[in-house]
Amino acid sequence: MPKQSPVPDKLDQAFYAAANEERLVIQHCAGCNRYQYPPEPACYECDSSDQLSWRQVEGHGTIYSYAVVYDTPVASLQPDEPFNVAVINLDECPGITMLSHLPGTPSGKVPIGAPVRVVFEVTPATGQKVPEWQIADTDSCR
Amino acid sequence: MTVSTVHPSAAAMFRTAEGLGLWPYRGQVAAVGIGHSPTMRRWDGRPETSIGAWSIMAIRNAIDDAGVPPDQVDGLALVAPTSSASPWPADAPVPDGFLAMFAAGSHPLDGVARLSPEWLLKNMPELTNVKFVLIAPQCMSMALAAAIEAVGRGLTSTCVVVRSWHNFAGRYRHGGENAEPTVSGPAKHYNLWTGPGGLYRTAMQFQRYLHKYGKTKDMMAPFVVNSRRNGLLFPEGYWAQHRPTPLTTEDYLSSRWIAEPANLLDNDLPIHAAGAYLVTTAERAKDMRQKPVYVLGHAGAGVVNGTKYSGLKWRGVIETLEEAEDFAAATARKVYESAGVTAADIQFENCYDGFSLFHVFHIEGFGFAGIKRGEALDLFQTDISIEGPNPVSPSGGNIGSGRTRFWMFTDSIQQIQGRAGARQMAIDVQVGLSGGFLPFWSNFIVWSKTGQ
Repeated sequence: MPKQSPVPDKLDQAFYAAANEERLVIQHCAGCNRYQYPPEPACYECDSSDQLSWRQVEGHGTIYSYAVVYDTPVASLQPDEPFNVAVINLDECPGITMLSHLPGTPSGKVPIGAPVRVVFEVTPATGQKVPEWQIADTDSCR
Repeated sequence: MTVSTVHPSAAAMFRTAEGLGLWPYRGQVAAVGIGHSPTMRRWDGRPETSIGAWSIMAIRNAIDDAGVPPDQVDGLALVAPTSSASPWPADAPVPDGFLAMFAAGSHPLDGVARLSPEWLLKNMPELTNVKFVLIAPQCMSMALAAAIEAVGRGLTSTCVVVRSWHNFAGRYRHGGENAEPTVSGPAKHYNLWTGPGGLYRTAMQFQRYLHKYGKTKDMMAPFVVNSRRNGLLFPEGYWAQHRPTPLTTEDYLSSRWIAEPANLLDNDLPIHAAGAYLVTTAERAKDMRQKPVYVLGHAGAGVVNGTKYSGLKWRGVIETLEEAEDFAAATARKVYESAGVTAADIQFENCYDGFSLFHVFHIEGFGFAGIKRGEALDLFQTDISIEGPNPVSPSGGNIGSGRTRFWMFTDSIQQIQGRAGARQMAIDVQVGLSGGFLPFWSNFIVWSKTGQ
């Protein structure tokens, strides 16, 4: 569904550049062997930026929870109310979560625990792509 | 006029680390005076109802309530912002009537949309002896805990604490960047999908809670109905003053969704109001007009790094239920250790409830009334009223009295002083708990009738 276009900045431009190539990359600290998202200037664990890099992940996840939004102050989302917003656990990055509108899943019909896979969606204002998540066909995606 | 030393950070006052042991000033600090302004839904533009005017009123009421000459007040603690999301309209002039009534501060919106110690002290000439000024972040819970710690350490002996909330026309967070086709800054990783604000995060946490523990949303109804009831017995509160209508279970269950499972009545109502307390040493408190309510201990959640005090960090894009549960449990350990009490000693709880749903996480963390994780909604199906054995949120909280994050302290102090009026609990009140705001960033205080 249409959403605001995120404006990349120094901190997350690699994330959004990869999204435009339909790749999901997550910040990773090699020293701590730890992923983090949203991006930070330094590893939250060791407070160092020396061993931070971007790692591409395949984009498999699981629905952790959700809400159905009936009232948001964001104008670009209002035409689609009520809409799902789900929390996705990234299978490859323990502890890391992302949000999703779950394209293709009817409002309120969200199966917690279901597997999902990443897709990429164009945001209208600038054409910037962002990661989204769809309930997976388990035979084809695992 | 005494020259005040302004401490722009209260970070050093907070007990956020594990294993600090018993609070060294246990029973040596007390809250005595309480002061409130009236409430209104939104500022009406008159200078005498400005948030500055009402902050002064609340402070004066707290000092008067304690029966202390103003020149004996030597400390002031405050939170500078006076809202969470109600900005003064861009380029709108400050009303002439306001400028004529009050001495100006260094910031053009002092007294209108924020507070500064300079503005308060200029406009409260009777406070001739304030030497210690502390600026706390966010909430009354932080300002009050910081002031209590400061009294304990001897940095001030009689300190007034104020937190005020303005509310202007318009809906929170509508307009501005949220009306634009693009979004910038770190919030875009969250706002893009929901919009700003904690409600969406809380709703997703609570949905996980329902799933994890096999509970249903309608089990929240007794809490929200009870909170409105208690709020209507709170003469200082918004609902009692302006909309004295009881709430039924049916009202709650038929309320419109904001972010299912959170409906409109799970949200507090933004209002315009100010509250203040006077805290002092146990020794000085003995001679004051109201009975002292002693502090057994205080502690909370957060990260103190030099002069910076911030909330605990969560791993992903939202604080998960499990993180909230762990944060709340860790806070409870620290609070109980600080106060030298156990969950069994806590007779009533006034944990924050700005969204009703996260009240559950707080009271499970504290093990109130013997509950464990996943059992708060079961507790809500028992007698949680002020007449019962386990009063839950006897203040009515933000849900019962409007968005201020301070009702829980007023009620806790009044209950132990025995002057909560129609809200006075049936139990013989000796020890209670109040604080907020969220599991990842909080300060809680254990209050006692005897200080023992």
